[in-house]
Amino acid sequence: MNLNYLDFEQPIAELEAKIEELRLVGNDNNLNIGEEIARLKQQSDKLTRDLFANLNSGQIMKLARHPMRPYFSDYIDRIFDDFDEMHGDRHFADDAAIIGGTARLNGTPVMIIGQDKGRQVDEKVKRNFGMPRPEGYRKALRLMETAERFNMPVFTFIDTAGAYPGKDAEERGQSEAIAYNLLKMSSLKTPIICTVTGEGGSGGALALGVGDYVNMLQYSTYSVISPEGCASILWRTNEKAAEAAEAMGIAAARVHELGLIDTVIDEPLGGAHRDYDATAASIKAILENQLAELQGFNLADLVDRRYDRLMAYGALESGK
Amino acid sequence: MSSWLEKIVPSIMRSERKPSSSVPEGLWDKCPSCSAVLYRPELERNQEVCPKCDHHMRLSGRARINVFLDEDGRQEIGAEVEPVDRLKFKDSKRYKDRITAAQKSTGEKDALTVMSGKVEGVPVVVAAFDFKYMGGSMGAVVGHKFAMAVEHCLANNLPLVCFSTSGGARMQEALFSLMQMAKTSAGIEKMRQNGLPYISVMLDPCYGGVSASLSMLGDLNIAEPKAVIGFAGRRVIEQTVREALPDDFQTAEFLLEHGAIDMVVHRHEMRNVIARNLAKFMQLPEVARS
Repeated sequence: MNLNYLDFEQPIAELEAKIEELRLVGNDNNLNIGEEIARLKQQSDKLTRDLFANLNSGQIMKLARHPMRPYFSDYIDRIFDDFDEMHGDRHFADDAAIIGGTARLNGTPVMIIGQDKGRQVDEKVKRNFGMPRPEGYRKALRLMETAERFNMPVFTFIDTAGAYPGKDAEERGQSEAIAYNLLKMSSLKTPIICTVTGEGGSGGALALGVGDYVNMLQYSTYSVISPEGCASILWRTNEKAAEAAEAMGIAAARVHELGLIDTVIDEPLGGAHRDYDATAASIKAILENQLAELQGFNLADLVDRRYDRLMAYGALESGK
Repeated sequence: MSSWLEKIVPSIMRSERKPSSSVPEGLWDKCPSCSAVLYRPELERNQEVCPKCDHHMRLSGRARINVFLDEDGRQEIGAEVEPVDRLKFKDSKRYKDRITAAQKSTGEKDALTVMSGKVEGVPVVVAAFDFKYMGGSMGAVVGHKFAMAVEHCLANNLPLVCFSTSGGARMQEALFSLMQMAKTSAGIEKMRQNGLPYISVMLDPCYGGVSASLSMLGDLNIAEPKAVIGFAGRRVIEQTVREALPDDFQTAEFLLEHGAIDMVVHRHEMRNVIARNLAKFMQLPEVARS
């Protein structure tokens, strides 16, 4: 089993393995196998298209968590220039689960902040698998307030299983750190554009997710609780995670249909991990357009617009 | 001391209460903490605080407001707002059926009750969660009514007090419920920008999306004694860090020690403490200490 392929992609993996074998044979003799390779390649592409046209929420959840999925650190230099990382919340520590700093988008100075799960084992440990502690959220807010002072738009990139559920995180006020970001982001006087690139895990994701535009990559997810958590509470077994994912509607397309995000950003065939450059280019194109639009607002109108958007979430009928 | 007690006792008496199963004719109750057998009318007179061990038992949202607000000049806000099953959510039960069952058992349309009135003469809007309604979970109705409370405060220059007790976001409303965290927090920021105070009182238990939004954002954060408050639940943390947690972990006293809340206040003193502080924030004449 090829680890770069998920379980439901195994038929594709088998075809790709055959193609690879034929290529090796082809190097040995001059049999006419080019045609055969092309035929298999076509078959593999068609299979991928068919499979990816009908993904269920459980499969999308696996893609969002794919070990090869591009992380924030993969996007930084592909979307922005001139990045300088800033560290620390100025109170307790630097939380590597969130990376942030100044950069430029096509020359415009901007602040970029994103969660990163870490690729190799040591990096995963350093970044706490992308699960921020309170100091991570406080660092993020410090950077946003800096951005506000210097009229720099803020871009956030969301990819976390959730805020870290640890003893130290509780002691230092995980709830307060998240809550305070929600409060301050609602009135920050500079454009904020948020993009969910992988997992949008609950409050830990939302704490970077209050903005003027909220985007999701096609195979990313956004949910109030992990499907496993939801299943273990409501179904009393986390084996029902896929069912819970379906019921909650965690996939980008569904969240968009419900009116809770603005844009779904298309991914390359087979998912973002198949082509980092193409994925980054798609994101960049959307961010450029949205920023141009938001720069047309004066700041007071921008903040009013954001407040109205927040108040519209799940608005209901009231008699008076 | 006795003056405000006299004022609130009749209102408690009026609140409906089903007889507890193990107790004949609903006259006796057992304290869940010290197991003392307690005479129900006396327990009610004591605001559901155990007279033997001082354990603060849970109150419904409406009962909470009843013991908190002055008798006169109360007006409910948003009583008509009903939950909507936008996702047609179904786990082992349909969300629709869960709503019906919760409404029947609590007599409330959803988990948050909002009322305007006075506390020791100080005008105020108060919101209170009902833990018995689906674990006090925050869905669109809770967010909407909280936003209505904020709007009422802004329009009438009033302070807001919220008593929260909740398991967190309501899973059956999925991402709609998550977004209520952003919505309620934005409302509180609006209060701040208009110079209106917001006092958050955390009750046992207070977790997840509610704790990580409106509960922690008070100009004053208050908790009742021994209330358990946190972001992640104790069991989840123990599984994550694989170590035993101290007994007082996530209690009100633990939060006080770690700087997350301003004070731990006994239920009997809640009215006076809040009235005194609101009067100072609102530049009103001094409220006498009781």
